[in-house]
Amino acid sequence: MVDITPADGIPPAEVAEVELYHPRSWWTKYVFSQDAKVIAIQYSATATGIGLVALVLSWLMRLQLGFPGTFDFITPEAYYQFITMHGMIMVIYLLTALFLGGFGNYLIPLMVGARDMVFPYVNMLSYWIYLLAVLVLVSGFFAPGGPTGAGWTLYPPQAILSGTPGGQGWGIILMLSSLILFIIGFTMGGLNYVVTVLQGRTRGMTMMRLPLTVWGIFTATVMALLAFPALFVASVMMLLDRALGTSFFMPAISEMGEQLPHNGGSPILFQHLFWFFGHPEVYIVALPAFGIVSDLISTHARKNIFGYRMMVWAIVGIGALSFVVWAHHMYVSGMHPYFGFFFATTTLIIAIPTAIKVYNWVLTLWRGDIHLTIPMLFALAFIVTFVNGGLTGLFLGNVVVDVPLSDTMFVVAHFHMVMGVAPILVVFGAIYHWYPKVTGRMLNEMLGRFHFWVTFLGAYLIFFPMHYLGLMGVPRRYAELTDMTIMTESAHHLNSFISIMAFIVGFAQMVFLFNLIWSIRHGREAGGNPWRATTLEWQTPHTPPAHGNFGKDLPIVYRWAYDYSVPGAKEDFIPQNMPGSFGPSREPA
Amino acid sequence: MAETLTHIGQTEPRPTGWQGIAADWSSDQRAFKNVSWGKAMMWIFLLSDTFIFGCFLLSYMTARISTRVPWPNPSEVFALRIGGSDIPLILIAIMTFVLISSSGTMAMAVNFGYRRDRRKTAILMLVTAALGATFVGMQAFEWTKLITEGVRPWGNPWGAAQFGSCFFMITGFHGTHVTIGVIFLIIVARKVWRGDYDTGRRGFFTSRTGRYENVEIMGLYWHFVDLVWVFIFAFFYLW
Ligand code: HEM
Ligand SMILES: [Cu+2]
Repeated sequence: MVDITPADGIPPAEVAEVELYHPRSWWTKYVFSQDAKVIAIQYSATATGIGLVALVLSWLMRLQLGFPGTFDFITPEAYYQFITMHGMIMVIYLLTALFLGGFGNYLIPLMVGARDMVFPYVNMLSYWIYLLAVLVLVSGFFAPGGPTGAGWTLYPPQAILSGTPGGQGWGIILMLSSLILFIIGFTMGGLNYVVTVLQGRTRGMTMMRLPLTVWGIFTATVMALLAFPALFVASVMMLLDRALGTSFFMPAISEMGEQLPHNGGSPILFQHLFWFFGHPEVYIVALPAFGIVSDLISTHARKNIFGYRMMVWAIVGIGALSFVVWAHHMYVSGMHPYFGFFFATTTLIIAIPTAIKVYNWVLTLWRGDIHLTIPMLFALAFIVTFVNGGLTGLFLGNVVVDVPLSDTMFVVAHFHMVMGVAPILVVFGAIYHWYPKVTGRMLNEMLGRFHFWVTFLGAYLIFFPMHYLGLMGVPRRYAELTDMTIMTESAHHLNSFISIMAFIVGFAQMVFLFNLIWSIRHGREAGGNPWRATTLEWQTPHTPPAHGNFGKDLPIVYRWAYDYSVPGAKEDFIPQNMPGSFGPSREPA
Repeated sequence: MAETLTHIGQTEPRPTGWQGIAADWSSDQRAFKNVSWGKAMMWIFLLSDTFIFGCFLLSYMTARISTRVPWPNPSEVFALRIGGSDIPLILIAIMTFVLISSSGTMAMAVNFGYRRDRRKTAILMLVTAALGATFVGMQAFEWTKLITEGVRPWGNPWGAAQFGSCFFMITGFHGTHVTIGVIFLIIVARKVWRGDYDTGRRGFFTSRTGRYENVEIMGLYWHFVDLVWVFIFAFFYLW
């Protein structure tokens, strides 16, 4: 009944089995590996390692804010260095690297039914350059004068003045060099992800049958390839300003009564370049999270995703729109009111596709067979948190609301909710979901639930009160607030409370790390498809998938990724590579 | 366009209108049917690189229109004294001519590559590389001349300091692209000459076999670098 002979005109998959690079030594198999799965693990491990540094930095900041004056070693300079490194690491070296380099590398080839990325050698280089970028970044801590304290936005002119930690030392130079390296490395990987999705899919895998995870990562990668150039250029120019004394971003300025040689540059130009990258960056970490969460919800609610096509167009639409909103970060820099109007409007328009996604998630859950597994818990927590952070985003998108709230703790609360906590929750959910595929064993359930509840509730206890502090007028990026009149007694108590919560949440992450390591050997055997999921990565002949992913023949895809609970089918899921008709599929025609 | 199999193995009728466009783009296996992986990757890289050059040029324009000090006059700065009179932009004109010509030889190399004419392909690629190297050489000459006249990244004798900053940054970045292109031209030319694409010899690093299409992919990069120069020429020298 089923015709699986290729129709005319479909070229065969480009790289046959023989073309796959077969490692011959231990080194090329585990260290300088060209296998996307190994590269994914290398990326993830490195990102987690550097992410721990950022976590420790957040503790140090919270120590200072919660118990001012108690810890002498946290000088105001050190505090600035902590926030800068914390912010930059979290956004770029942890989340971007983990979602695209980690999840992208692992999941894209498996989910589209490819044996590997299209150019494994380039893919390998991507990781090593990323590692180099991380090392350069970390070397800032050991450089004379320490890392830069310019804030993660690195605004000139202060970023390269002597008043800013690392400004006239090595800090800013190392930071900018590290960013440039990161972008070069990322581009090498990113080209691979994009081309693999566009041109490397298996038979039957149309783009409209891709799991939403792939759509999210794919769109985010395209965005990154178009947004990182602006950061690259800004970094090069600031590096020249700092190292050669050019004045791209430096106006005439005097420091400590001394006229500096700079003249005639435009600090606002930097802001434009930075935020042309910076706003899409928010969605570079959010879109993969959107995609992954869609798959988690559908799988663990045993129901097809609601409105698949709409979900795809929403991802693409959000991606496109996010390139025309960047100046909403610059309302306080001053702009023509019509520009403010334009950027506020575009910002609010993004809420439409975003709201569509939220409704579709909820409608997917509606009357589903919800299994409250750990990935599902994290997915639900994500929806709540994301809606929360998104709503405050609507506030801040309006010029009149943003201007008084700008640079207060309200902003800190907003972006931690929307691009800190929400994506991190998805990262956790995704790890609980795919860990069995990567290692062959389940993560420990009890530790997992502990981790979930402490992280989810804790994150709210940390960041919810910050909204309130922000509305009171407590500014962000202040090391010492003690003597300000707005810092009432209760605000101080609140700050101490937040700090204690931050430590508790941090501790839960240690439990998670322990779980990750412990379960490699002691976890329950998972089998090939513990969640009874439909997508191709669960249908591999080996778990963990062997070199080349899919035994002798590549899978052939007959259906979309969401055939759960199809009436009339034997099981409540039908893998994408299973032929045959089982009654009414809800696959969009 | 290939059709997709439904879950019962029948082929679906192709939708029309917008749906048809979406179906084509998202069609089975490949979005672009006749495009190989390497070529797709080069195109997407060039798109990303376009954004880099775009940001550089926009930044330069911003600097130029927002400076309050006069901008040095390119026709005077880039003039050469030949036979007793100043000829504006003469060197840049020659450089541009050389680079555009190299695009011509590159296109011929691609043509001969697809005809499997190894000798002509390799020679034309080397000619392209030589023209590229000449371009870089003339650029080095221009840099030297300006530096001896006192132009520095942080200042120059005639006006806005950003003139030198933008000049060295943008031409330097472009020159780096040309240099990388020359290196890869020589590498690919060597492979063509040795017949790697006929014998299926594997790359030293990638352990992949290559095809004559690699000449074309190399050409894409080269034409792009050439095109970017046209914009730099127009915005930096002619403005
Ligand atoms: C354990 C969880 C976290 C805690 C306790 C925490 C705490 C903090 C604190 C106290 C600040 C400085 C506020 C100020 O004085 O202005 C901060 C800034 C920041 N955090 Fe986090 N954070 C956490 C997780 C994250 C995550 C996951 C991200 C990822 C997006 C993130 C991104 C940022 C950014 C971008 C800044 C701004 C840095 C700057 O002002 O330059 N944080 N965080
Ligand atoms: Cu934004």
